[in-house]
Amino acid sequence: MKKFVSGDEAVAMGVRLARPHVISAYPITPQTIVVERLSEMVEDKSLKAEFLHVESEHSAMAAAMGVSSVGARAFTATSSQGLLYMSEVMHYVSGARFPIVMMNANRSIAVPWSIYGDQRDSLSQLDSGWIQVYVEDAQEALDMIIQAYKIAENKDVLTPMMVNLDGFVLTHTYELINLPNQEKVDEFLPPIDSIVKMDINDPKSLCFSTSPEHNMEFKYKQHVAMLNAKKVIEEVDKEYGDMFGRYYDGLIEEYKTTDAEVLLLTVGSITGTARVVIDKLRKNGQKVGLIKLRYLRPFPEEELQKISSKAKVLGVLEKDVSFGYEGTVFTNVSSALSKLENQPQIYNFLGGMGGRDISKEDIEDIILKLIDAHNGKKIDRVQFVNLKARV
Amino acid sequence: MNYKENRPKIIEFKNPEHIDDFPVGTTVPSGQLVKKNSGWRTFKPVINKDVCVNCLNCYIFCPDGVIYKSENKVDVDYDFCKGCGVCANECRVNAITMVKEGEE
Repeated sequence: MKKFVSGDEAVAMGVRLARPHVISAYPITPQTIVVERLSEMVEDKSLKAEFLHVESEHSAMAAAMGVSSVGARAFTATSSQGLLYMSEVMHYVSGARFPIVMMNANRSIAVPWSIYGDQRDSLSQLDSGWIQVYVEDAQEALDMIIQAYKIAENKDVLTPMMVNLDGFVLTHTYELINLPNQEKVDEFLPPIDSIVKMDINDPKSLCFSTSPEHNMEFKYKQHVAMLNAKKVIEEVDKEYGDMFGRYYDGLIEEYKTTDAEVLLLTVGSITGTARVVIDKLRKNGQKVGLIKLRYLRPFPEEELQKISSKAKVLGVLEKDVSFGYEGTVFTNVSSALSKLENQPQIYNFLGGMGGRDISKEDIEDIILKLIDAHNGKKIDRVQFVNLKARV
Repeated sequence: MNYKENRPKIIEFKNPEHIDDFPVGTTVPSGQLVKKNSGWRTFKPVINKDVCVNCLNCYIFCPDGVIYKSENKVDVDYDFCKGCGVCANECRVNAITMVKEGEE
């Protein structure tokens, strides 16, 4: 069935199809429509779930943790400052191995106060032990919510998962989507059967302390589970594609990279704009390609190395900065490529912060700079895109 | 009545050797005590049995559940008491004194 909906509404529809038992909600722009729609669905009984009004994002995540600790399926959503406020509980959740799914609307971090989009909120949480996927459009957002439960609840993974949508660009833009059939989703996503739960017939102690004597082994197992997620992500992507006809290439997608000498790597909705620019430059005979980095955790190191091994130059375009160094995505990409024997020259382009638009012209300009670098011209390794003031 | 038999049974803790011996996440069958934490204390509660009226306020209020009913009215399991002082504060007849460790 086709629907014309915003990204937030697509997420809400995906959540309904995944049949969560409890939704703990605290609204924050630009995530608000997700929880508004879910509350309407609970009200009109098209979604059989408890809708919890909580007093903060910290409580929203704590409530989701309670839901998961009795073996039920939990959903929550947030953005920006809300995500940062949840951060403390997010570490509890991942350490306890509760397979909670959360939607995050990528929004700038204050101050300067801004409701508009960039990716500094979720990228600041890379070390919280959550799986992180970034989507390109509303359809992918809906599909990834359904896939997220299947990935997070896998017994070899049991790790919470965050589905990231660019604030406003995706959350508030209306697009045509295919709405999967509920019976088929039920077939794809069986009821949750978590081993990490309280049980009246088998009393368990949850979320205990450990001394230094035992702590590190728990962290090792958590790390292995996140690495296990790589295989599960690929399998779930294939299974979903076979059933619903939409494949997303698992951890990382490549576009026209086979013979490309110059590559651009993007995260999230900007990928759609970059595709158009790549097509235009290809028509002009330029050997350029695009990498869509879908997952930041687990990080697709081997896949990225394989795609980049034949390229001469690679640029990373991202909507964040780790002040005093470079972009966080770039740091991760550099680390992976530094292990290649013939690593491409790598450059970092930082833009889109606080909702600044990144246009097709900006992206073309970036790729032309990368082509210049390929031709021997010296360009800055880390540079800001589209600054309005002279520096 | 044998109060000791009524206390929950403790599962003997076997120190894990292989990584598979560790649980998934922080979820284990209840009733394991891995480490005694009496070393956390700087003060310990000492109950004066002559003053105690066996009202069981301390038993109810103890946040760690280390006070238990015994033939001797109430007793403290000093292996796990952290010396927080809640029992002494809640005792209505001032039967509990917090004494500095090593000075009792």
